[in-house]
Amino acid sequence: MVYYYRCYNVIDNNRGTYVKKINYKHLKRSLWAYHMNTGSCNACDIEILATLMPRYDAERFGIKLVGSPRHADVLLVTGTVTEKIKDKILQVYQQVPKPKLVMIIGSCGATKGVFHESYAMAGPLDTLLPVDVYVPGCPPRPEAIIYGVAKAWEKLEEL
Amino acid sequence: MIMILAIALIMTIVGLILGLLLKGIDRKIAAYFQSRIGPPLLQPVYDIIKLMYKQTIIPVTAVRWLFSSAPVIALASSALLLLYITIPYIFYIFEINTTLQGDLIVVLYCILIPSIAMVTGAFSSGSPYAAIGAQREMVILMSIELPIAVVIISVAWHAADSMADPFAISSLFEYPLWHNAGAFGVLGGILLFFAMVLVLPAEMSRVPFDQAEAETELAEGISVEYSGKLLAFILLTDAFKALALSMLVVILFFPYTLSQLFGISFQMYGHTLTPFVEIVFLLFKIIVIYSFGITFIRVVMARLKISQVARFFLFAITAISIIGLILIMLDPNMRII
Ligand code: SF4
Repeated sequence: MVYYYRCYNVIDNNRGTYVKKINYKHLKRSLWAYHMNTGSCNACDIEILATLMPRYDAERFGIKLVGSPRHADVLLVTGTVTEKIKDKILQVYQQVPKPKLVMIIGSCGATKGVFHESYAMAGPLDTLLPVDVYVPGCPPRPEAIIYGVAKAWEKLEEL
Repeated sequence: MIMILAIALIMTIVGLILGLLLKGIDRKIAAYFQSRIGPPLLQPVYDIIKLMYKQTIIPVTAVRWLFSSAPVIALASSALLLLYITIPYIFYIFEINTTLQGDLIVVLYCILIPSIAMVTGAFSSGSPYAAIGAQREMVILMSIELPIAVVIISVAWHAADSMADPFAISSLFEYPLWHNAGAFGVLGGILLFFAMVLVLPAEMSRVPFDQAEAETELAEGISVEYSGKLLAFILLTDAFKALALSMLVVILFFPYTLSQLFGISFQMYGHTLTPFVEIVFLLFKIIVIYSFGITFIRVVMARLKISQVARFFLFAITAISIIGLILIMLDPNMRII
């Protein structure tokens, strides 16, 4: 089950005003994802890869994993944000060109998950960045990740 | 003059669409091999449209004018390459007599320009990943230069035998490589074809020769800092190059038209439709060459190391192409001296 919270523009400063409405439409047909690990236990990362594998075949929706944040449309963040990686994820977010989405994969990023008592955590991510879609689960199944992308599309239509 | 300009304009637009479609077909076939459904055929077009609407970021560390002009130069020169190779063939199909012959040596140089422009852009971006990617791209370019030159020289050698202008593209259609060939000539031709097909993915930087853009180790290598419109230009360059290079293989090795092969022509209501059918046949040949030369190899192989690639092209492929050249020279049916 995927929960979808309507909490974009948390500390958003440059979206909604700068980007015109038409721009988001084109993300529906081709969504390039950049995957960033901010201290996850690697299970979520493997589930993302499983989503792209032949069984679920995310490429048929135009979803592609790219190697550089400059090419990305959506930032897939796995894991709770550690103190060490906090400024890196902020930098990467700024490197993504403008019509951009942020998706959290896994409970860690949304709530700190099992690491909630740790002293080394700067997260959860939505206190740092405007997050569009949360996909909870530890780790979430590939179906849930695809459903999260579908939710992101629904959201794009509203914008 | 005006006619040539008009044809060039139409062909640039058509070539753009066909090149993007070719990439779509490539992704569809690759998906078929991995028993996936694959993206829609027009997926590259959607990607380009999306990138056109995205923000274009120019990093502070970049040399601004060089960084933003490199993809434009690459796009323009790859379009030039496509037109330069294709227009003589189109004239030949439509049986238009011109003095426009094309020159194989110019093609040899034109192939280089898009890659050199990309390397320049990568170096000017100021990113260490891009710098490593650009160095790798230079190594690959230098090592595939000799095989391409040898292939083109052997084809020209054969054309010179037939009293045609040896380095004119148009004389390739009249006297293809297999024309009047003996056993040695056929064997040499097959070796040259093999060398040329292996050069194809290296020139297009596709797996196994995509070290310059290795996305897992170099984060997309030479295009790492490009975004938005500039990235769209790079993808369009790729589409033009895909079409132009498979077209080059077609005219070097299989320039036969349907009427040459089977002596057939197509008529409808008293108009001749032959040229249009020939164009469809040409597209069919291009798709076959592209899917066997690039998609097939891309799906079954993994990325090699850069030193392996350099050794492979500098020794193995160069040797194969030179043996092909010698075999063609030895062929008693086409002796020039
Ligand atoms: S949500 Fe669970 S599986 Fe995912 S990174 Fe956190 S602990 Fe690992």
